[in-house]
Amino acid sequence: MEKNTVVRLSRICKSFGSENVLNNIDLEIKDDQFVTLLGPSGCGKTTTLRIIAGFETPDSGEVYFDGKVINDIPPYRRSVNTVFQKYALFPNLNVYENVAFGLRVKKASDREISEKVREMLRLVNLQGFEKRDVSTLSGGQQQRVAIARALIMQPRVLLLDEPLGALDLKLRKDMQIELKNIRKKTGISFVYVTHDQEEALSMSDTVVVMNDGVIQQIGAPIDIYNEPANAYVADFIGESNILDGVMERDLQVRFAGRSFECVDRGFMTDEPVDVVVRPEDVDVVAPEKGMLTGTVTEVTFMGVHYEVIVEIRGFKWMIQTTDYVSPGQFIGIFIEPDAIHVMKKSEYSDMFGDYSSYSNELDQLSENTEEEGRE
Amino acid sequence: MKRGILQRAAAAPHVVWSALFIIAPLIFVLYYTFTGQDGSFSLDNITRLGKGNYLMIFVNSLCMALIATVICFVIAYPAAYIFSRMKKKSQKLCILLIMLPLWMNFLITTYSWMTILEDTGVINTLLGLVGLGPVHMINTPGAVITGMVFCFLPYMILPIYSVMAGIDPKLLEAAADLGCSPVQIFMKVVWPLSVGGVISGVTMVFVPSVSTFYISQKLGGGTFQLIGDTIESYFTGTAVNYHFGAALSLILMVLILISMAVMNRFGDDEQGGALI
Ligand SMILES: Nc1ncnc2c1ncn2[C@@H]1O[C@H](COP(=O)(O)OP(=O)(O)OP(=O)(O)O)[C@@H](O)[C@H]1O
Ligand SMILES: [Mg+2]
Repeated sequence: MEKNTVVRLSRICKSFGSENVLNNIDLEIKDDQFVTLLGPSGCGKTTTLRIIAGFETPDSGEVYFDGKVINDIPPYRRSVNTVFQKYALFPNLNVYENVAFGLRVKKASDREISEKVREMLRLVNLQGFEKRDVSTLSGGQQQRVAIARALIMQPRVLLLDEPLGALDLKLRKDMQIELKNIRKKTGISFVYVTHDQEEALSMSDTVVVMNDGVIQQIGAPIDIYNEPANAYVADFIGESNILDGVMERDLQVRFAGRSFECVDRGFMTDEPVDVVVRPEDVDVVAPEKGMLTGTVTEVTFMGVHYEVIVEIRGFKWMIQTTDYVSPGQFIGIFIEPDAIHVMKKSEYSDMFGDYSSYSNELDQLSENTEEEGRE
Repeated sequence: MKRGILQRAAAAPHVVWSALFIIAPLIFVLYYTFTGQDGSFSLDNITRLGKGNYLMIFVNSLCMALIATVICFVIAYPAAYIFSRMKKKSQKLCILLIMLPLWMNFLITTYSWMTILEDTGVINTLLGLVGLGPVHMINTPGAVITGMVFCFLPYMILPIYSVMAGIDPKLLEAAADLGCSPVQIFMKVVWPLSVGGVISGVTMVFVPSVSTFYISQKLGGGTFQLIGDTIESYFTGTAVNYHFGAALSLILMVLILISMAVMNRFGDDEQGGALI
């Protein structure tokens, strides 16, 4: 069954001063769908949400709601509601009144309000908190109030801007599951912003990968992971070895100094390409059985597996394996044809190399997360 | 928890200060109110309040102060709102300009208003140039109220501005998101969250307005008496009578306390979620 499109963004551009924040954004949000906007800090995720909500007007392009252009409709007349990044609960109202706020504006009857508020509080698991002052709630509870306050409006689309950003890991996992359940129960479409790729992959029906105000790829989580559109997506989602290659003919690609059988077709003969091999798809074998051979330079124990850096013809591969190998060991590696993913060259092709700066990259990563935490 | 000697010692200066400058004067006021000229206990001072036109003076003073306070509020509330929505830099500049008059002595401010409002003052000179007037302004209730408004306006703007600047703009967006038109955003979010500042502002304007004496003397020219003038006249004038003066100020104090209590009650209701 084909679902209706509720919100559609068409060729949206937006700049602040001289800074181009969004570039030609095309996006469809269908009924009963969980869409996640994923991208690094500053890529324009919040701005995209604010354009859908009506807090920003695009410089060019159209926002459609149910097929009608709504560029000039103010936020309070849009059937879209937002869960704000820092909740933005009304500090002078208790939990009950916060949740009831939207219905009071609509002048609903007291009976209807009390019924609906109770229903919402049950949905977000906050029964018995009606009289509580919102400032006395924990982060997770405030979050639920914010969700209930938006859901009570029964919007067609709910916009959530990094709603779990301020919660600790455990609570975040619980809330992820809860949010998914709430979405299923209500059937409301969610547009969810995050820069946590795991969260994006595990929760969504559709992931939208953004960078620098441009959509890099839209697809189901599994497609985004298995068939990244370009080197940027491959690098941003999960770990990947990205190599320069040449497509010799359909189903055969050459990289790392030899030809490999693959499952990709439709490229020109001898077209230069980017080749992605996920670390978990590489098998460690004896050197004489290996398609490629190299020396182990680093081994890190990660719990479930070891993360092994192998130098092969000057390129450092990352491999995830459950077999222990020791640094300095000479090993062979084996790659199945369907573990090789071939992508067209893009502007990002040369930006992501091998894992020679592996430890540095880790440092950078943790710096980033610290920054995000501080926001 | 028991407090140590040191902690008590640290509080000592404050205790001494309060005793000297707050408690002691209050005791004196009470003492003088309930004693006669000869020093014996008497209620004459209180009963004398009922005679003469003291009631009128009280009512007059309260009315003028109330009018001044309302005018201050009407000017200050929108001004504070506009300031709080400006860029940070312009906000600072505007607040500085608002505070500027506070650095001058009130007496000087009042004197300058005299020269502005006089029959031969700045305004009438200007009116004369365009062939109008002269309009008699000095020594009218209007002049006194103008003086009050001008002297005390900053005390209304500052507390309102400071609560408004503290309102998270995200709350306004959240309200819009939940269906509030701009007017409803104001009624349901801005007003309830700023009413605390309004109460401080009203108190800080009303109290000095109701007890002022130099403004009414300079701009009212003695054509009518406010309670502040009356009290002053019993302490410095020809008919010095500390006992009756004390009785007047005691009543004034009680009236002010009652008005403040009413104000605060109103504020509690407003913030407690009983929204319009
Ligand atoms: N009101 C504004 N005025 C000027 N620049 C802005 C404004 N809002 C956003 N920007 C800029 O637009 C860019 C994108 O911002 P946006 O908030 O959409 O990023 P984001 O993807 O949500 O990032 P984050 O993950 O850090 O929240 C940033 O560089 C930001 O500085
Ligand atoms: Mg953001």
